[in-house]
Amino acid sequence: MSFVVPKETFSGKVLAVDFGKDDKKITIGGENTLPFLSFEGECPNKPAIAYEIQDCPPDDWPETVLNVYKDVSSDTVTWAKYCQDELKADAIALRLISTHPDRDDRSAEDTAQTVKDVLAAINVPLIILGSNHIEKDANVLVAAAEASSGNNCIIGKAQEGNYKTIVAAALAHNHKLIAMSELDINLAKQLNILITQMGFDKTKLITDPMCAALGYGLEYTYSVMERIRLAGLAQNDQTMQPPILGDVGMYVWKIKETIAPEADVPDWGSIEERGIAWETVTATSMILAGTNLLIMRHPKAVENVKKTIDELI
Amino acid sequence: MALTGIQIFKLLPKTNCKKCGFPTCLAFAMKLAAGGVEISACPDVSDETKATLGEASAPPIRSFALGTGDKAVKMGAENVMFRHDKKFVNPCAIAVNIKDDAGDDAISAMAEAVANSEIDRVGQKLRVDAISIECVSGDSAKYEAAVKLVAEKAPETALILNCKDAGTIEAAVKAVADRKPLINGTTDGNAEAMADIAKANGCPIVASANGLDALSALTEKIKGFGVEDIVLDSGARTAKDIVEHNTQARRAALKKSFKPLGYPVINSAIRDDAILEASIASVAIAKYASIVVISSIEKWKTLALFTQRQNIYTDPQVPMQVEQNIYEMAEPTADSPFMITTNFSLTYFIVSGEVENSKVPSRLAVMDCEGLSVLTAWAAGKFTATKIAQYIKESGIEDKLSHKELILPGQVAILSGALEDKLEGWTITVGPREANAIPTFLKSKVS
Repeated sequence: MSFVVPKETFSGKVLAVDFGKDDKKITIGGENTLPFLSFEGECPNKPAIAYEIQDCPPDDWPETVLNVYKDVSSDTVTWAKYCQDELKADAIALRLISTHPDRDDRSAEDTAQTVKDVLAAINVPLIILGSNHIEKDANVLVAAAEASSGNNCIIGKAQEGNYKTIVAAALAHNHKLIAMSELDINLAKQLNILITQMGFDKTKLITDPMCAALGYGLEYTYSVMERIRLAGLAQNDQTMQPPILGDVGMYVWKIKETIAPEADVPDWGSIEERGIAWETVTATSMILAGTNLLIMRHPKAVENVKKTIDELI
Repeated sequence: MALTGIQIFKLLPKTNCKKCGFPTCLAFAMKLAAGGVEISACPDVSDETKATLGEASAPPIRSFALGTGDKAVKMGAENVMFRHDKKFVNPCAIAVNIKDDAGDDAISAMAEAVANSEIDRVGQKLRVDAISIECVSGDSAKYEAAVKLVAEKAPETALILNCKDAGTIEAAVKAVADRKPLINGTTDGNAEAMADIAKANGCPIVASANGLDALSALTEKIKGFGVEDIVLDSGARTAKDIVEHNTQARRAALKKSFKPLGYPVINSAIRDDAILEASIASVAIAKYASIVVISSIEKWKTLALFTQRQNIYTDPQVPMQVEQNIYEMAEPTADSPFMITTNFSLTYFIVSGEVENSKVPSRLAVMDCEGLSVLTAWAAGKFTATKIAQYIKESGIEDKLSHKELILPGQVAILSGALEDKLEGWTITVGPREANAIPTFLKSKVS
């Protein structure tokens, strides 16, 4: 018996989506096979990684990742420039967390200025995220979309409860859009359909099926992503072909494994490496399941995931 | 290819003698096809038929153990490409490599660290499963001494003997034959000598070749020498090799019934940087490896890999459950808030994570609802006012609290009235609907 490489060809293809401007523009997606199986198909664009920054000091981040940014995080623009110039970020994800009513409840107008200031200071592509407060995001993201008009940003996240105004704003200002649902392939599909029914071009969508940290439901995210990929590729389901987002950092850097000092949990080893490994392994698992765009926090985790990606292509 | 019940029936004696325990040969054939019984249950079937059926009914990926005793690790027997189709069966063994010239102290220390590596996570005992001893000295006596030392210091751990010299391997295998070490170092050139050692000592063997084509030929060759417990080493070096080779081997075995690759897979994830090594090892674990070899076992690294393995190998059809208990967060006092939720692991992880984030000392009662989330458990009649009241009364929590206020998940606010009736003297407070609102809620409660 001689070995014949068992290749599979798929009728569907992941949509290629670009964001950013000029020579810093990034394209994600475009593959017509499962992640990294280039022996049987095309994988033209590797997964991209954006550094997460916030519009206020990250007091709620654990020390391991807080310390990295302690000299720059008091000012959003300084922080953004640090990521771009020192950490060589390919993209930046600005989370407008201060707008959350339970945080500073900052107004949409204030936030718009921050978006403008950050855009003026950087030339890498920008992802603009709300605070994940359904009602507030509807205002904040509309103002942010306007403030960043013409910059080909990714805006998000549009959810079932607020997508209409956010979709309209992304449409008006020519941005890409993240559609987020909660760990359910049918909800992800339904939201994509609702959004495209508003006249939003499906080639400008990015699906966020909701991330989970290693040990905290990673298997659900992993399987939902694999099923979305298979639906888009094998069944050629047009509504399941946008690239996938893995918003890794915010889920990883709040769990016990990234917070508890070694003195409290001696069996878990060094808190520093533990946190970095946690973000790294979570992100690596996500890209194997189909994630095209990662949002991460710790530079060493980013570095190791990049090295892993380089090994994978 | 697996035979159908009718195809099997044609090969049976058709006497309906019932000696197999089934009323007819056809019923027995149907059960055989479904994999619920062994052909050996039929006393009258010919040897030729037995061989035919044995070959046809063999699982697409051969299954056998790494190591011996309670801590032996089962490998192989996988049936699917994706975990959402069906549970991945036998979790990837994590093995650490040590070189025979590392010195007695370093070898002892590593073996002892492995022997003591067990931790508990969500009720499962997890540990480094195997030690690979690599021959770099080129000195048979030194290698044998290193193998013996590891075997002594890690008396229950599975052993992998990594050496290409048959003479050296033979002496080392004999020294630890009762441990059934996995012999790693067999290539096309030394296949017969290595297979003879494996056969004589009843050990499994790693077949190493460059690429799946050469590997297929080698496993057939080894099988021809009478050894069937084979582990595949395709020479995968990069993460890309790991993903491509492992995917192709599993596809060939499962979808094409290609027997020469129907074996468990071993991958090396050894890298200079410890975090990169963890990342590459996680690629192997997610993508079908049965053994992954790493070079060091820092606690943070093995914790991350154990956890990822547990996640990937969880049964997608059975919700992960947390033990029913009243969990204390941040050293609560008698005055601290008291909340309740269900024991679906994801519910527990998210709720407890947010409670911990709040840094407000609190108690969280996690009630056994067969692993269902709050709303599902309520809909299924497992998280009802009666059952919650009974659980709270029996838990003895009243003695620990200076108050009688229970915080109920916002999703089941509808239960608050009935619960106040059933839990006499208690105040029922409706908490947030979503876990991410818990920190604000708790902070406002204690301020």
